[in-house]
Amino acid sequence: MSVATVRGTLAPPRSLDARAVRAQFPIFREPRDRPLHYLDSAATSQKPDAVLQAMDRYYATCNANIHRGVYQIAEQATAAYEDARRRVAAFVGAGSPREIVFTRNSTEAINLVAYAWGRHTLKSGDAILLTEMEHHSNLVPWHILAGAGEGLSDHGIELRYIPVTKQGELDLSTLPKLLADGRVKLVGVVHVSNVLGTVNPVVEIARQAHAAGAKVLVDASQSVPHFPVDVKALGADFVAFTGHKMLGPTGIGVLWARREILEAMPPFLGGGEMIREVKLTGSKWNELPWKFEAGTMAIAEAIGLGAAVDYLSALGMDAVFAHDRELLEYALPRLAEVPGVTLLGPPAEKRGGVIAFTLEGVHPHDVATVLDHRGVAVRAGHHCAMPLHEALGVPASARASFHAYSLPEEVDALVEGLHHTRKVFAR
Amino acid sequence: MSEWDELYRENILDHYQHPRNQGVLEHPDITYEDGNPLCGDKLRMDFKIKDGKIDEVRFSGSGCSISQASASMLCERIEGQSLDEVKKISRDDVLEMLGIQLGPVRLKCALLALKTLKAGVYGIPQWPGEEDEK
Repeated sequence: MSVATVRGTLAPPRSLDARAVRAQFPIFREPRDRPLHYLDSAATSQKPDAVLQAMDRYYATCNANIHRGVYQIAEQATAAYEDARRRVAAFVGAGSPREIVFTRNSTEAINLVAYAWGRHTLKSGDAILLTEMEHHSNLVPWHILAGAGEGLSDHGIELRYIPVTKQGELDLSTLPKLLADGRVKLVGVVHVSNVLGTVNPVVEIARQAHAAGAKVLVDASQSVPHFPVDVKALGADFVAFTGHKMLGPTGIGVLWARREILEAMPPFLGGGEMIREVKLTGSKWNELPWKFEAGTMAIAEAIGLGAAVDYLSALGMDAVFAHDRELLEYALPRLAEVPGVTLLGPPAEKRGGVIAFTLEGVHPHDVATVLDHRGVAVRAGHHCAMPLHEALGVPASARASFHAYSLPEEVDALVEGLHHTRKVFAR
Repeated sequence: MSEWDELYRENILDHYQHPRNQGVLEHPDITYEDGNPLCGDKLRMDFKIKDGKIDEVRFSGSGCSISQASASMLCERIEGQSLDEVKKISRDDVLEMLGIQLGPVRLKCALLALKTLKAGVYGIPQWPGEEDEK
């Protein structure tokens, strides 16, 4: 299944004018000694004027706490916050804005599921099925839940993993066997690998998981920002994503879950706003989604995320995806031509706009440092995916990643920078 | 090649590609291993102590050029020095040996060797320069 058919329709490859997009991002207008070639959008994306202005406008015109004040600016702030939720809901095809829970980021969204759903659902003898290519954010919450870690006591919950093939794809031939005993209660899978860029067939995984009686959580941190994602079409029960990778601010993330599951779940964090009634003897919970939004939320950031969703919608997610694909098709063969470069992950047609690689004889940190001195910003290390690097047999990698403002010249600067790195390290 | 690249080559790559004191000791008085989880740098240092001096020191491990070169430079410097002298080596001394400017992330690579030395020989587990922040 190709990425573009996630929504069931194959869109024509209509790309975008990346130069015009780039002009709307202040970070690229900032005067510098040398141009910034920002190739680390998988870590965090840059932010357009529209997002920064929306947040400024909130603080400057209607800064007030939401859901409480009855005065004018509090009403305006509440309307702006809830309007952002409606836009996010529409952006990912949620059945209702009530299914959109604002969190701090994807990590917190997954922790919410682990604590509020997992702790009350999983018992000793149950199993959780994850994959070897998960980001630590979809590994560690489950390790904590299962009691697998320093200072924790084993809760008898088994952790299983779908292995990764040499080509950097999930080995789905193992799935029937991993699910066969019916003990798996949750399957957690990353939609797009933040290292390999692999787009995983989550629809098929969800189908098999559901048939085996398991719920499905999709870490959509690298997919929602880059191509059309319809949470209902995915067939998942929980979907987590984060604002700062989709042109929005840090500090705001989203958990989408099917309404009946959220209704049945106990709260995660306790405090203000998430309650309907508090007595000294106990509390009753607020309705969805506020049951899961304790304390004053990141109001400006939610509004910023709403603006980011508008911005992305105006570009068209099909166009964003087509642009990523064009850059991938431009970059992969050029990088492969650099002597000593090994590309990790599948071919362009199976991946999102992420390219991890190693350069023979040069540690990825050194690659990134030499590139940095030429204005090329790439990530180096294990990218919060230590088990994946172990499975691939490399201690670390360097990674270049794109978004709508990325240009072919930036790929050129990367390629030239790698040739130069080889020279610096040659003896 | 820029001035920075040349500096990087001379000071760091020389030690990275031709490390001094690399290896392990057969019957060390002290062996200590540490790492930098952020980068995956790993370092082991073996020491022989005689008459209050570092008689012999070897390092082994894997990591970026900065972590490995700083281990090589540090070992070369401390062999034969008294424990009192070695204890005084500071974070700034290491940065001076390396001779390049580093941001906070790469700083940890540079200081891994000194951290390993201080934890192994003196039982000081903190990152050099952060001892007072407790």
